[in-house]
Amino acid sequence: MNPLAMLDAAGVEDCRPWPRRVLSRPDWSALVAALKADAQPALLALWADTAQVHALLLDEAMATVLPVSVAVEAGRYPALSPARPLAAWFERLVHDLWGHVAEGGRDARPWLDHGRWPHAQPMAPRPGPPSTAANPPELLPAEAEDLMQVPLGPVHGLIGEAMHVRLTARGDAVLRAESRLGYTHKGTLVLMRGKSPRAAARFAARLAGDATVAHSLAFARATEAALDMAAPPRAAALRAAMLELERVAGHLDALAVQADAAGLAGLHSMLSTMREHLLRGIGAAFGHRLMMDCVVPGGLAADVAPDGVAAILAPLEALEPDLPLMRRRCQALLGRLDGLGVVSRVAAFAWAAGGVVGRAAGRAFDVRRFDPACPAPTPPEEHVGDAATRGRVRLAQIADGIRLVRAVLAALPEGPVSVALPTASGEGIGCAESVRGDVWHWLRLDHGQIAAAFTRDPGWSLWPLAEAAIAGARVEEADAILHSFGLAASPVDL
Amino acid sequence: MPRRFLPGPLPAAEPSGPVDAETTASLAARLNAAAQRRLGRSLAIRHVNTGSCNGCELEMRALRGALYDLERFGLRFVESPRHADVLMVTGPLTRNLRAALEAAWDATPDPKWVVAVGDCAVDGGVFKGSYAVENGVGTALPVDLTISGCPPTPARLLAGLRALLEAHAGER
Repeated sequence: MNPLAMLDAAGVEDCRPWPRRVLSRPDWSALVAALKADAQPALLALWADTAQVHALLLDEAMATVLPVSVAVEAGRYPALSPARPLAAWFERLVHDLWGHVAEGGRDARPWLDHGRWPHAQPMAPRPGPPSTAANPPELLPAEAEDLMQVPLGPVHGLIGEAMHVRLTARGDAVLRAESRLGYTHKGTLVLMRGKSPRAAARFAARLAGDATVAHSLAFARATEAALDMAAPPRAAALRAAMLELERVAGHLDALAVQADAAGLAGLHSMLSTMREHLLRGIGAAFGHRLMMDCVVPGGLAADVAPDGVAAILAPLEALEPDLPLMRRRCQALLGRLDGLGVVSRVAAFAWAAGGVVGRAAGRAFDVRRFDPACPAPTPPEEHVGDAATRGRVRLAQIADGIRLVRAVLAALPEGPVSVALPTASGEGIGCAESVRGDVWHWLRLDHGQIAAAFTRDPGWSLWPLAEAAIAGARVEEADAILHSFGLAASPVDL
Repeated sequence: MPRRFLPGPLPAAEPSGPVDAETTASLAARLNAAAQRRLGRSLAIRHVNTGSCNGCELEMRALRGALYDLERFGLRFVESPRHADVLMVTGPLTRNLRAALEAAWDATPDPKWVVAVGDCAVDGGVFKGSYAVENGVGTALPVDLTISGCPPTPARLLAGLRALLEAHAGER
């Protein structure tokens, strides 16, 4: 049976703007069986609260999001990972945070819990005694004698992420890459619980420094959806511009990191100088170079500075004439990345990979389509899916982002930039396009306080795809491939 | 008319203001003469991420760009703690990363210094009190210098690092 038809028949709980289906246990199992036979809808996220497990499915053809839930009975629920491999990491997270066991799951090893917390299952009504999870965490063993294992991290790279990737190689050839995250877990979801949306927004803003606007915005939109309200038009327009600015700066940074790693000092210097001038303009306009805490539920923390629009436009105007030169000079970098770390179109759709990775592989999904304040972005026409293509997509997105910022700022509406939030209850979902792809936030408010929340960073699908892309490459190419994905650990580790 | 980035010579590094005398004095008191003889006016920095959101890393990376040009002061980032004089630590020190931080500290040869970068590393920042964090680098290692901010701007980072450099060069 078509999984979408099954969902249409299910009972519904109130969740804006996409109602949440609640399935009985047999129906959930039937859904898993139906999903096995059908590649659509794709899975975006799986998470839980104390009573239910929730899945966020995406019907790409209809551009509709389908939240689905099943009750947890005796601490167990039927696993989704046999039908959607992406669910395996989420099931490990659900077990480590809430203690719910995925029956028939593909992988039961601990994920976030490295055996160092004062109590296990911190999100459960009654957290357990400390777990005995291995530290350092257990990884898959090498199966043959002539294999060697190359560990990368958790302290890795010049100025990098805290993560661990274990390469299993025969000679120079990587046979398998296994990433192990959870190192940067800070207990964000527990810290958000019981707070007002305005107070909890500080935690959403600190999930990822390079996607702070995107996470703040998705969180704010989820709150506004739950309360059935909208930010004022001026705030909506400024948010669209801020999101583009963050993405342009992020792409410049990602390319600069790659140029640095490849030893291209001149290109690194050019890209980081462009980025620095842009960040100074942003700092003058919004009071913070990364725009952290600037987007809040209900609108913006403050209006743009009186001369802020000029401060943003000046570096963009300086940047624009140099774009053709930047593209030419980037060829030296892209030439080295040709054919490296391929993500196929099929994989991009199956894992719902967004952002640069998805677009380079021919999946153009972009949640900016849900934002009426954002002019239509130019969809890229790429499909090769290798690291060089990802670089080309970044270059195209920089040019397109500049165009969108100018279009939005040229028609900036007047008026207030925030509205007061009512003290009410409700449930909502919000999304925003980050430098890595689509960020999703879900939350449930109980009389103005957060009762439960979850966030899905695009990293959830990018890390497994990066693992697959490294397998088959040479050991010394692994870092270049990781850089081309622009991965971050913190927003996935929560 | 906005200034163009290129073509033309690469942008020159910008002038950097005087170093904060008070910070310099307090740091100088911590450093012994033997260390200064061995290290001179140069410091190798190893970054250790103990759970940062990557905001601090973004601003630290800016230091390596042409406008701040960290290396003109004799400061450089290195890949291994075995080559480092300074551990620059970001993040609130998650419980899951304490062992990694201690391993990096043990691998760093003496004499060595610890710089806590960002509000998280100083005392846990907004994550203070969470079950999963240890409320800052100071709970695990002796901290010589703190650079606050969320994240600290590159100018602030540079001022802090130069103070560290001056402190142990000034006592030679």
